[in-house]
Order: sequence, then C-alpha cells, then structure tokens
Amino acid sequence: MCLAIPGQILSAEENHGFRLGRVQFGGVVRSVRLDFVPEAGVGDYVMVHVGFAISRVDDREARRTYQLLQEMGALDSEISPEGGDPA
Amino acid sequence: MKFLDEYRDARIARALAAEIAAKATRHWVLMEICGGQTHTIMRYGLDELLPSNIELVHGPGCPVCVTPIETIDKAIALALRPDMILVSYGDMLRVPGSNSDLFHAKARGADVRIAYSPTEALKIARANPSRQVVFFAIGFETTAPANAMAAFQAKREGLANFSMLASHVLVPPAMRALLASSANRVQGFIAPGHVCTVMGCRDYEGLVRDFRVPIVVGGFEPVDLLEAILMLVKALEKHEAYLENQYVRSVSYQGNLQAQEILREVFEVADQKWRGIGAIPASGLRLRREYAAYDADKLFDLELMTVDEPAECISARVLQGLQKPTDCAAFGVRCTPETPLGAPMVSSEGACAAYYHYRRRTVATSGA
Repeated sequence: MCLAIPGQILSAEENHGFRLGRVQFGGVVRSVRLDFVPEAGVGDYVMVHVGFAISRVDDREARRTYQLLQEMGALDSEISPEGGDPA
Repeated sequence: MKFLDEYRDARIARALAAEIAAKATRHWVLMEICGGQTHTIMRYGLDELLPSNIELVHGPGCPVCVTPIETIDKAIALALRPDMILVSYGDMLRVPGSNSDLFHAKARGADVRIAYSPTEALKIARANPSRQVVFFAIGFETTAPANAMAAFQAKREGLANFSMLASHVLVPPAMRALLASSANRVQGFIAPGHVCTVMGCRDYEGLVRDFRVPIVVGGFEPVDLLEAILMLVKALEKHEAYLENQYVRSVSYQGNLQAQEILREVFEVADQKWRGIGAIPASGLRLRREYAAYDADKLFDLELMTVDEPAECISARVLQGLQKPTDCAAFGVRCTPETPLGAPMVSSEGACAAYYHYRRRTVATSGA
C-alpha cells in the first residue's frame, strides 16, 4: 500500500484549482495529481503513490549518496570479482 | 528506470552486506516497519545476504493487515446493500472478515469495484448520481492525504452520493506501543520512507529519546535497506541512539507540508483499533465533524460487532515481530493467499504473503 514509484513529469497543468500532470514511468505514461508538489515542474522526478505525487526526488542528494555507494561497490568488486546477484 | 535500477545494484548490495558483517560484533534485532520493505527483503533474499547475527523482524506496516475485522464486516454489509457501489483498493477484496470477504460479496452480486486511486471513486460517484458510492479509505500516513483529497473535492463539488468508510492508522504511536511492550526484542528500527516523505521525521525523535533506540528512515530498494541496516548497526555498536535519514532523495525533515495541510483539513487524530494488536491510543485518523456528510460510518446504520480471529492464526504475534510466519502450523497448508486465515497472508505487503511467495520452497525442503 505504501509503495511509491519514481516517474518523470512530462507536462503539468492547473485544472479547476487542482494540479494535474502526465508522468512517465519507464514505458508507461499516466495522469498524476501534482497538488502536493507545487515545486515540481516538467523534467523533474516525483514519487507517486495512489495517483498522487508525494515528493519531488532530490536529484542532487540522490547523486551525492549514490556516488558514495558506488565507490563502495567498486571497492568490493576489486576484492571479489566473481560474485553473484543478491536476488 | 532511473532512481530504481541503481538501488538494485548487486555489487553495492554485496559491499554493504560485507561492511555490516565487519561492523556487527553482537546479535542485533532490527525491525523494518513497512510491509513494502519486508517484501524487498524477502524478494531479494537480503536476510540471507546478511550475517547471521543480524536478525530482521517484520513490523505492522501493512494497512490491509491491521484494518479491524469489524471494519471489513462493515464494508461487506455496505457492499451488499441495493443501489450501493463500494470502491476499494484491490488488496482489500480477499481479506477475511468474520465470515466472508468482499470478493465473495462481489460474487453474490454486490457492486464492488477496484480503484488504484481515490480520485477514481469520485469519478464513479459522478457517473452514477442515483446510487450511493462508498470509498473504503484505508492506509497509513502515505495514503491518507490522497484519501483526504477525495473527501475535500467531494465537499467542494457538493457530491451528495459519495462517502468514505475510513480506517487510517499512524506509525509512530504503533512503534511506541511495540517499544513499551514487555515482550519487545527490537533494538533498532527502519522507519517507513514513504510515511516519512509525507509526515517528516519529527515524530520519531521522541521515540529515540524516550526509548534510547536508534531509528533510520529507510527506502524500499535493496541498497536502501542494506544501507539503513548498516547505519543502525553502526549506532548500536557505538551504544548510541539517534535518528538518521537514509532515504534523503525523498524524505525531508519537515515532510510534505501541502499533504499535511489537506490531512489536517479533513481528518483528526483518534484512538484506533489495529487488527491483531488491539486498541492503540491516538493511533488513527477519523473524518472531522465538518466532513460528517461524507462519513459512511455516520450516514449508514452500521452495527458494531466484536469478533475474534481464528484461534489458529498467529498474525497478532507476527504483526508485533514476536513470531515469524513460518512458526505457524497453518502456514502454506491451511493458510495460503487463496484461502487465508489471517490478513497478513493476503496483502502484497503482508509478512506471511512475502514468506509464502519467496520462501515457501525453502520451508518445504527443510521440512518445517
């Protein structure tokens, strides 16, 4: 129930006082309510839950933390090159 | 997909697991609150990737699982009324009430419709002005603002045939109840990232302070969860308790203020019963008096009954992290997703369903 999926805003418009957008998830485009993310615009990524965007994904924060994780992963592959999928 | 694939990177996951193994010198019991996180753990086998001294127990964060059995009975009774359309999130249809479920009500001719979003329930109400439309509004803080928006819009439009059967639960009071219990074994929590996306982090500071327990707000992908576990292990090994945010790409300290505003406009905090756990003070949301015209509980004469769970079902203990689904004698035998005894076997977020889907073979071959 609490799952939210990241998607990219393709367009946004005001409609009778509510904010609506078209959001792309991989190959699928859906209509999403943007009322709760007034700061998000076209090109931004938002987390979408039951048809409502609940946050704008902070791209800078995501890149910064992911950089650290990647360095850790790169270090690991030097130690154990064979490995397997954790799945 | 961006912001998903990179957090499923096997190399990073292995590196994090190795770091956790290097840091953890003792046995630590950690709980992930959210059922979505439980499913990631089981689906990717994160529990098997971790060293054996890190024990994950699964929390009550499955709204479908904790919706009171009486409320399911009310929904079924409403659905069976003539001229009624009951709109529900799909997960609720197979959840057992005291002697039936919504799926069977639908088979008996009730007009039960599945919606992905509460706005679809509004559309159904507009398209069927001569019929009553009740939206079965369940959920944690993540879902409550969207449900609130449906009531807000219905009131603004003057939509006379729309109402909500609301059953909303809040995470921090449930964590407080777990921590205050004498049976509690949990030493660190992964707080639910999307609940905190909406509500922010403030409420969890009180729990850290009052119970000296480290809490990390965590995301939902394998790398997110392993990083959150590493952060908890580091805090525990240092004998420190603080609140940290792993899921920074979505969660801010103050949360989503617009979502909180609509939530406050429509709902107020109330005592709430949790299926399997019991009543927890101030752990739910009910519609405010100004929204009484949209409150199905007030509009329709719904009898309040008290009913018991099947004696064989241990879901109450599973939801509190005291037992694992595989400890249950009925697991996978008399209780399956097709014929569930308890709600955690039904929901896509229930711990029993997660074990059934991802761990059944292991259980069968080990002879448990």
